Amino acid sequence: MIEAINDALDIMLERDPDVIVMGEDIGYFGGVFRCTAGLQEKHGKTRVFDTPISECGIIGVAVGMGAYGLRPVPEIQFADYIYPGLDQLISEAARLRYRSATEYIAPLTVRSPFGGGIFGGQTHSQSPEAIFTHVAGLKTVIPATPYDAKGLLISCIEDNDPVIFFEPKRIYNGPFSGFYDKPVEPWKRHADSVVPEGHYSIPLGKARTVTEGEQLTVLTYGTMVHVTEAVCREQGIEANILDLRTLVPLDIEAIEESVRKTGRCLIVHEATRTSGFGAELSALVTERCFYHLEAPVERVTGFDTPYPHSLEWAYFPGPVRIGEAIDKILKD
Amino acid sequence: MADKQPPAGDNRPKLALHVPEPKYRPGDAVDYSDIDIGEPGSMSRPDETCSPDTMRDHAYGLVRVLGDDDNAAGPWDPRLSPDTLRTMMRNFAMVRAFDERMFRGQRQGKTSFYMKCTGEEATSVAAAMALAADDMVFPSYRQQGILIARGYPLVEMINQIYSNKGDKLKGRQLPIMYSSREHSFFSISGNLATQTPQAVGWAMASAIKGDSRIAATWVGEGSTAEGDFHSACTFAAVYNAPVILNVINNQWAISSFSGFAGAERTTFAARALGYGLAGLRVDGNDALACYAAQQWAANRARANGGPTLIEYFTYRAEGHSTSDDPSGYRSAQEREEWPLGDPVMRLKKHLIALGEWDEERQEAMDRECAELVKAATKEAEKNGILGHGLHHPFRTMFQDVYEDIPWHLEEQAAQAKHEREVKWPGEEPWS
Repeated sequence: MIEAINDALDIMLERDPDVIVMGEDIGYFGGVFRCTAGLQEKHGKTRVFDTPISECGIIGVAVGMGAYGLRPVPEIQFADYIYPGLDQLISEAARLRYRSATEYIAPLTVRSPFGGGIFGGQTHSQSPEAIFTHVAGLKTVIPATPYDAKGLLISCIEDNDPVIFFEPKRIYNGPFSGFYDKPVEPWKRHADSVVPEGHYSIPLGKARTVTEGEQLTVLTYGTMVHVTEAVCREQGIEANILDLRTLVPLDIEAIEESVRKTGRCLIVHEATRTSGFGAELSALVTERCFYHLEAPVERVTGFDTPYPHSLEWAYFPGPVRIGEAIDKILKD
Repeated sequence: MADKQPPAGDNRPKLALHVPEPKYRPGDAVDYSDIDIGEPGSMSRPDETCSPDTMRDHAYGLVRVLGDDDNAAGPWDPRLSPDTLRTMMRNFAMVRAFDERMFRGQRQGKTSFYMKCTGEEATSVAAAMALAADDMVFPSYRQQGILIARGYPLVEMINQIYSNKGDKLKGRQLPIMYSSREHSFFSISGNLATQTPQAVGWAMASAIKGDSRIAATWVGEGSTAEGDFHSACTFAAVYNAPVILNVINNQWAISSFSGFAGAERTTFAARALGYGLAGLRVDGNDALACYAAQQWAANRARANGGPTLIEYFTYRAEGHSTSDDPSGYRSAQEREEWPLGDPVMRLKKHLIALGEWDEERQEAMDRECAELVKAATKEAEKNGILGHGLHHPFRTMFQDVYEDIPWHLEEQAAQAKHEREVKWPGEEPWS
């Protein structure tokens, strides 16, 4: 997935002279996760450059660059550190088009690795996507495969609205199954790792059907797509797993169609439970598909605690939590 | 009896917290004798490409040009032609006339809110005149002088203030939060200091593209306490961005005096030194000094000499806004005895001292400006005033949140339309 993201940035830097890649450690060093490796050398220091450790500055400067006419792609090294830049995102970038009645726009794509499962402790593991989905004017995008990472990132950079692109860092190197005591399968053995060369894009707001099944619908995204898939495979469940890909705009048609077909719905995300994006999904499914439901909508999420370093696997919504939720839904 | 023992460290001296307090409160007599305003013309004018570390005195002193004798003196005299000075005078007169009428308009209920810039006109009018018309400005909320100096139509400004159907911003912004791309004037935010890193980013973009336009931003001294301001200073210095950071030290952030932004310990211009920015502290009520400082910083930025932080030492003569009553927290004498006078009066006296102006012409100009503002107000009122029904169509509420309207907003728009059909059957619901 890292190579796919690097490829997307490389292609967009090449195609559009207004694309700028910036962030802490992303220049000469190529990023702590190597997502920007080689880009500065290839495209030059004024197109790809390091920034001070100032998330407020990174996002604020990107808003100004966007107003000038550039398409900045700032990186926030960990999603946990995005909060100092939050005001610039939610009060400025998100509302610039609206408040200026289209005189100015902020076409930035903020890339940030998020999620746990890498022993990052409570400051390198958070999943703050729900905060951004609550803000009018922002789009929130989360890929789950290398193919999607490249195609979605290209779409985000080409989009004229500000986008938050969260990269599930647990699956940077392989599709983590949630069975943390088993070796991680590298992407090269995975079907979704095939990334075509050159430019292609995946439209924002279109979910991907991961597996087709009649027993239940699972709405999920990011790392949890793979965990859910592995659980269903292990337990022989025929689930209709939808990888949402973008939370805003949301593919409501795919969700409705699937839930109406299966009559059962499980929502899986890694973020804390209360007011998480799962709550919104649950409300939408209940509002729109209530008479098709044969069991209450269930949520599998992280707990409402910070991410504990030593107890990471107890926090992580793993196979046991997901498996039991599926059992419960299917029993009703 | 262990519980009767004094706690550990009890014999050490007690620590005390300092909470700043302004020198004068309502009813107090004011004494400004401790403010060192220096002599006009005494401050050196360094080369625009000088190193910031040679500018310590400029960050602690005060650049002044106009003296008590109404003459210009010293190396900062921008030597403007009488025509330019008269243009500046006219911009001043227009800003005063505009503020006066809009303030009254708010009191008459034509709009919800207004902010005068009385006493601070030079920091926007003179500064704007020293910039090129296409240099990008990222203002705060008290820089109406920039729009007036750039010739933005008064009717457009009033339409915005009234949030009427002529408002280019579709009635979405609080009054006075203008935006004009055509006049290189950035959309104003109510969140303080957010415009400062944005200005730096715009300037960086201009440099990345090999453009020749520079950026300038305005922020109040109170807002320099915001993290955004410090991020802006860091980025400006790191990338040597062609940007000017203007700090309007008008002494008051609503009811909080400048001490709460750190003014008891140092000057705002001196913030520049720690960042490696050029720093200038300027008499903000001296139109010529304001012009000269902005011009110096613009020349520096254009020559890739780097960013400049300018503190304009001035005084907010009126309330913070129409929602504020300064008599509740500060001495009425402060305004009257402000040692740097009034910027409009000082420029007028200077022009008269030059033999290029007189009271009769000033009175005629003031009358003419008042008439022009009155006529613009009447014109704008044809488009409606706030809350009287003449606003942008309701459907605009759902536009421009995103470039295209997503399904959930389409659904909510349909809901809004339905509510209007229920409330006013038979009428066009979207009008």
